[in-house]
Amino acid sequence: MSLTEAISGLWAYWLLIALMMVGLYIVIARNNLIKKVMGLNIFQGAAILFYVTMAKVDGGTAPIVPHDPAHPGGHAGHEVLYSNPLPHVLMLTAIVVGVATTALALALAVRIHGDYGTAEEDEAVSMDHG
Amino acid sequence: MIEKIVVLEVVLPLLAAPVCVLVRHPRLCRLLSLGVVAVCFGIAVAALLEVRGGGVISYQLGGWPPPLGIEYRVSTVNAYLLALVTAMALVVFSFDSRGGPPRVPERRRHLYYAVFLLSISGLLGMTITGDAFNIFVFLEISSLSSYILVSLGGHRRAVLSAFHYLVMGTIGGVFFMLGVGLLYQETGTLNLRDIAARLEPALDDRGTVLALALLVVGISIKLAVFPLHHWLPNAYSFAPPKVSAFLAATATKVSFYLLATILFTVFGAPFVFGELRLQAVLLPLSVLAMFLASGAAIFQTDLRRLLAYSSVAQIGYMTLGLSTANATGLAGGMVHLFNHAVMKGGLFLVVACLLYRVGSVHIDALAGIGRRMPLTSAALVVGGLSLIGVPGTVGFVSKWYLVAGALERGWTAAAVLILLSSLLALVYVGKVVEAVYFRKPAETQPIDHVREAPLGMLAPTWALAAAAVFFGLTTDWTYGVAREAAELLLAGGI
Repeated sequence: MSLTEAISGLWAYWLLIALMMVGLYIVIARNNLIKKVMGLNIFQGAAILFYVTMAKVDGGTAPIVPHDPAHPGGHAGHEVLYSNPLPHVLMLTAIVVGVATTALALALAVRIHGDYGTAEEDEAVSMDHG
Repeated sequence: MIEKIVVLEVVLPLLAAPVCVLVRHPRLCRLLSLGVVAVCFGIAVAALLEVRGGGVISYQLGGWPPPLGIEYRVSTVNAYLLALVTAMALVVFSFDSRGGPPRVPERRRHLYYAVFLLSISGLLGMTITGDAFNIFVFLEISSLSSYILVSLGGHRRAVLSAFHYLVMGTIGGVFFMLGVGLLYQETGTLNLRDIAARLEPALDDRGTVLALALLVVGISIKLAVFPLHHWLPNAYSFAPPKVSAFLAATATKVSFYLLATILFTVFGAPFVFGELRLQAVLLPLSVLAMFLASGAAIFQTDLRRLLAYSSVAQIGYMTLGLSTANATGLAGGMVHLFNHAVMKGGLFLVVACLLYRVGSVHIDALAGIGRRMPLTSAALVVGGLSLIGVPGTVGFVSKWYLVAGALERGWTAAAVLILLSSLLALVYVGKVVEAVYFRKPAETQPIDHVREAPLGMLAPTWALAAAAVFFGLTTDWTYGVAREAAELLLAGGI
C-alpha cells in the first residue's frame, strides 16, 4: 500500500487515532479531575468510532431486511448489501459502559472535592503528604 | 445436570445484587450473599470435578449455538479459577467485619453487599465466558464495582485512589476493547475458539500483531504488571480491609487467567513466544517486578502498603512462569495464582483483624502485638513464611515449580533471581515479624487494652492460614490441577 492510499483510504482511522491520542494526552497531562474524565470520554469515544468505522461496508445500506410484497411475511429474494450491524450493537453496550464509568468518575470527583476542597489532583495528593 | 447449572455462577450473584438493593436489611443481605457465594462455590467445585481429566462443559446462552451465540465454556483452566474466586469470596464474606466498611452507614450497607456481589459476578463472568466481547462487558462490571468498593475505605485517600484506579482501569478496558475489535476485523467472529481457528492464516497480518499488543497492554494494566502497577498499592492500602483481601485474592488472578487464555488459546504459544518473542519483554519486566516491588515493600511503614507492593512482586513471579511457555513453568505460574490468593487473602484478613483491635497497621503501632493477639500474629507469621517460600508452605511449592520451569527453559539466571528475590521477601516479612514479636510497644501507644480478635474474624483468617500450610504439603489439588490446566493451555485448548 502506497503512502497516498494509506492516507486517503484509511483517513477515518487516522482521524480516530488522533482523537484517541488527544484523549489519552488529556488524561495524562491534566491535573483537573473533571478534565481527566473528559479525556477518558474522548478516548472511549475514539474506540467506539473505531468499531463503527470498521462496520461500514462500501455502498452498504442500513441493515434492515426489505419487505417484499410478493412474499408476505418473507424477505426479498434479491441480494442487498448491508453495513455490518454487529459492531454497532456491541457499541451500544460499550456506550452504556462509558456512561456508567463517567457517572462513577464524576461521583468520585464530587466526593474528592468534598473531602479535599479541590478538584486538582496534585493539590489533593500533596495535602496528604504535606 | 452440571452442564445446565454452570450458568448460575454468573446469574446468581447478578440477580442477588438487585435483591439486596430491594431487601435493604444489612444482616439479611449478608446472609443472602454468603448463601449465593456458597452455592457458586459448590457449583464451581462440581464443575471442576466434572472436567478434570480433559472434560469440557459447554453452555449455550439462549440456546444459540456457538460461534453465533455466546458460549459459556468450562474446562480445567477456568473451573480452577471459578473454584478459586468463589472460595475466596466465601471466606471473605464469612469474615465478620463488625459493622462493614467505615464510610458506609448502617442504613446503606445493603448497597455495599450489592456492589460486592456485582464484582463477584463480573469476575466469574470473565472467567467462564468463551466470547471475547462478553469478557469485556464482565471486565467492566467487575472493574466498576471494584472502583466503588475501593472508594469506601476509611481514609479520604481511598476515594482518590479509587479515581486513579478508575482512570487506569478504563484505559486498560478500552485497550482490551480495541484489541477485540481488531480481532473481530481479522476473523469476523467473537467466539474465542473460533477466533483461534480463523486467526491461523492471518497471523502475519499487522492487525493481528496490533490486536495482540493492545490486548496484552490492556490486560497488563488490570493485572498490574510491573510498570503498569501504579494503581495497585494505593487501591489495596486504602480500600476497606475485606475488599483488599478479596481483590488481592481474585481480581489480578482472573486477569492473569485472561492473559494466559489470550496468549495461549487465541494466539497460540508458537506465534507469541516463538515468532514474536514476547518473553523478551515479559521476562525482564517480571524480574524487575520481583526486585523493585519487593525492594519498595521493604521501605514501607504501613503493613497494607507493604503487602500491596509484595502483591506486585508476586505478580512478577506469575508472569515469569507464563513467559517460560513450558508446562512446568506455566503450571508454576498457575499454581502460584492459587497459592498467592490463599496467602495474600489471609494476610489482608490479618490486617483487618489488626485494624479492628489496634486501629492502625502502621508497623510501629504493631510493636509487641504478638503477646496481645497471639493467634492473629501467628497467622501473620504463617502467611509471611509462605511469601518467603519456606518449605511446608504454599509459597515453596510455587517457587519450586517456577525455578524448575526456568531451568527447563535454560534460564539459569532467572532461576537464580527467583531465589535471590526471596531474600527480599525475607527482609520485609522479617521486619514485620520483628516488630510484632520482639519490639517493645511505644510508651505513647499503650497496647494493654488490645485483645485477641473475635472468633468471627479469626476463623476465616485461620482457614486461609491453614490452607497455606495444607496445600504446601498436599499438592495434588493445586499443582495437579494447575499442571493439567497448563498442558491444556499449551495445547491451545480452553
